[in-house]
Amino acid sequence: MGNPFEYAPAPESRAIVDIAPAYGLFIDGKFTDAADGGRLKTVDPATEEVLAEIAVGGEADVDRAVKAARRAFKSWSALPGAERAKYLFRIARLIQEHGRELAVLESIDNGKPIRESRDVDIPLVAAHFFHYAGWADKLAHAGFGRDPKPIGVAGQVIPWNFPLLMLAWKVAPALAGGNTVVLKPAETTPLTALRFAEICVEAGLPDGVLNIVTGAGETGRALIAHPDVDKVAFTGSTAVGKEIARTIAGTRKRVTLELGGKAANIVYDDAAIDSAVDGIVEGIFFNGGQVCCAGSRLLVQESVAEELLASLTRRIKTLRVGDPLDKNTDVGAINSAAQLSRIRELVAAGEAEGAERWSLAGELPGKGFWFPPTVFTGVTQAHRIARDEIFGPVLTVQTFRTPAEAVEKANNSAYGLSAGVWTEKGAKALWTAQRLRAGVVWTNTFNKFDPASPFGGFKESGFGREGGRHGLEAYLDV
Amino acid sequence: MLATRSIKNDAKVAAIDLAITMIDLTTLEGADTPGKVRALCAKALHPDPGAPNAPRPAAICVYGDLVAEAKAALGDSGVHVAAVATAFPSGRASLDVKLADVAYAVAAGADEIDMVIDRGAFLAGHYRAVFDEIVAVKAACARSAAAGGGSAHLKVILETGELSTYDNVRRASWLAMLAGADFIKTSTGKVAVNATLPVTLVMLQAVRDFREATGRQVGVKPAGGIRTTKDAMKYLVLVNETVGADWLDPDWFRLGASSLLNDLLMQRQKLATGRYSGPDYVTVD
Repeated sequence: MGNPFEYAPAPESRAIVDIAPAYGLFIDGKFTDAADGGRLKTVDPATEEVLAEIAVGGEADVDRAVKAARRAFKSWSALPGAERAKYLFRIARLIQEHGRELAVLESIDNGKPIRESRDVDIPLVAAHFFHYAGWADKLAHAGFGRDPKPIGVAGQVIPWNFPLLMLAWKVAPALAGGNTVVLKPAETTPLTALRFAEICVEAGLPDGVLNIVTGAGETGRALIAHPDVDKVAFTGSTAVGKEIARTIAGTRKRVTLELGGKAANIVYDDAAIDSAVDGIVEGIFFNGGQVCCAGSRLLVQESVAEELLASLTRRIKTLRVGDPLDKNTDVGAINSAAQLSRIRELVAAGEAEGAERWSLAGELPGKGFWFPPTVFTGVTQAHRIARDEIFGPVLTVQTFRTPAEAVEKANNSAYGLSAGVWTEKGAKALWTAQRLRAGVVWTNTFNKFDPASPFGGFKESGFGREGGRHGLEAYLDV
Repeated sequence: MLATRSIKNDAKVAAIDLAITMIDLTTLEGADTPGKVRALCAKALHPDPGAPNAPRPAAICVYGDLVAEAKAALGDSGVHVAAVATAFPSGRASLDVKLADVAYAVAAGADEIDMVIDRGAFLAGHYRAVFDEIVAVKAACARSAAAGGGSAHLKVILETGELSTYDNVRRASWLAMLAGADFIKTSTGKVAVNATLPVTLVMLQAVRDFREATGRQVGVKPAGGIRTTKDAMKYLVLVNETVGADWLDPDWFRLGASSLLNDLLMQRQKLATGRYSGPDYVTVD
C-alpha cells in the first residue's frame, strides 16, 4: 500500500494584513516622506512580487530623527520607571493582539515559514517587551548601582533575518532604561518595523521616543555617524560591524555588536541519535539557516558518523520547502537575490574544493529565491565552507575522534557566537561547554531563546550582550 | 512540529477511513457482558448504518473469557478478535496463570493476543525475566493443528505510563521485539498516563531501527486516551514522517480506542454531507 494521503496546501490567509502602496519615515510620531524623496521597493522573496515602496532616509532625515529623539529623551528619561513600564506592557499586549497579522506580514516580507513567525518570532517579540517592561521600575536592582541612568539617544541598525525580533531585542531594553531610539530596519524587511511604529502610536508612546528611518546601507551609515547619537547597537555581518567600529573609534559613542557566526554542533557517540538529528535540523534549517547562531558546522564522533548521517538524511527528506504561508512548510524562501547568490557562490566553492554535496531533491518554486536543504560531507577545516559564514540552509559535516579534538575544531574559527553539545553524559557536556569559546552553548538542544537569557558573541562574533539583566547594561550608564 | 501538519479535503477523507481501519475497538470493563460484546461487534460490522461504505475497524479487543462470544458475532467478517491476556492490566500473576490465560484465549479463537509485560521485573532491572516471559507467551500463542495451526499475533503492552522515561520505553521496545513481539503497544488504558505522541514517536523510532538492523517489521499500537479525529490525524502524521508509508497500514499500525470511532464517523459524515454531525447521528453501542 502506497502512501494513502498527501498533505494538502494549508496557506494562512493574507487577508489579515493590509500593506500600503508606500510608506514614509516614522519621525517624531508621524509618517513623513524622505527629504529628497528617495524610495526603494521591498519584495516578497517567495514570489518576487513588489510589496510596497519604502522611503529612503538621507542625512537630513536621520538628523531630524535624532533631533526628535533628543527632544523626547528629556521627558522620557525623567518618567518614573513604573510609567515607562506601562507603555512597554501596552506594546507587548498589542503585539500579542496583532500576533497573527504580524506573523503573516513577517513571513510575506522575509520569506520565513509561518510556522516560525507564528510560533517563534512573534511570541518572542512580545516576551521581550514583557520582560523589559518588568525591568523598567527595577533598574536599581539590576546590579548596576543604586540609580543607573540612561545613556541618551540610541542609534540601532538591525538585520533582515528576524526583522521584528531584532527590533524587540534592541528597542525593549533601550526604552526600559529610559533611552530614546532611532532605528533603521533592513532594506529588504522594513514592513513589520513600520507596523510596529503604528502599534506604538496606538499604545500612546510619546512622540520622538521611537523613530524609524528606513533605507539601505547609506542610511545606516548616516545614523551611526551622527554626532548626537550616544549609543550604537548593530546586529548584522562582521564586515559591516568592523566598519561601524572604525566609524565610531575616537568618539564618545558606546557600541554593542552582534555579528556573524559559524557554530559547531558537536555530537558525541553517546548522544541520543534521534534527538541529535532533530537538533541538527533545527540548528541549520531553522529560518533556512539565515541565523547568526545557526549550527552550521556539524562535528560528529567518527564512531557514530555513518549511523547519524543516515538518520539525518532520512529526516531531511521529510522537510517541506515552499510557500512560507503554508502551515506545512518547514523551510521557506531565501530573503533576497543577493543572499541567494552568496549561498550559491559558497556552495560552488565547496564543490570545487572537493567536499561532497547532497541536496534535498524536489522541485523548487519557479519564482522567488530558493535553496534546498544541503549537506556537505568530507569537509575539512581548510575548506571555505567550513570557515565562512554561509547564512543559508547548508550544513558541513566533519568527524572527530576524541573530545579534545572536537573542542579544538569547534574553537578553530574566527567566530564564537554559539555552539551545541549532544551527549547523554552530564559531566562530558559540562567539560565541553567550559572549553568552547562561544557566547551561547546549548546542550542537547539548539536555537532555544528566552528573553531572560543573555545572548552575544566571542571573537569576531561581536561584543556586548542582549537579553536578560545583562542586556540592560548596554543601555545604562554604569 | 509533527503535530502541526494540516491535512485537508480529499486527503482527510482518505486519512479518516484509514484511521477507522486501524482501530482496535475496545471494551475492557469489569462490567462487560456477552450482550455488551455482541453490541460492540455489531458496531464493528456496521460502523455507520447511514453510510454502508464506511470501513470496518481492524479488530474487537476484549477480555479472554469473551473471545468466544465475539468470535461468534463476527464470524468470517474479517474483523479480528484481540484478547488481552497475562493477567491484564497489572500483569501480577504467576507465569503459569499467565500462560493459561493466553492458551485459553487462543483456544477460544483469538486472532491476536495483547499481553502486558511484567513492569515490576523491568523496573527492578530483571530484563531477562521480562524477555523470557514474552518468549514463553509467544510460544503459547501457537494454535493447535486442529484450529488451523499458525499463531495468534502477539502485541506486547509496555505500559509506558509506568515505565515513565523515554530510555525505559526504548529499552522495553527493543526487548519486546527481540523476544518476538509482532506489535508493541503503549498502554493498557488502565493507568493515569496512556498513549502520548512523544512516547509513540520513541516506539516508532525503535521499530524503524529494529527493521533496519534485523529486516523484521514490527507494528505499533498506541492505546488509551485517543478520542478525537484530530488526535488520530496527529498519530498518522507521526507515522508518515517517522517510519513512512510502510507502516500506514492496519497490519502495522493500530489505534486502541473506544470513543474514537464515533468521532471519526461524525467527521466522515461532515465531509460527505457538508453538514456538521452530532452524537445523535452515530450509534452508541
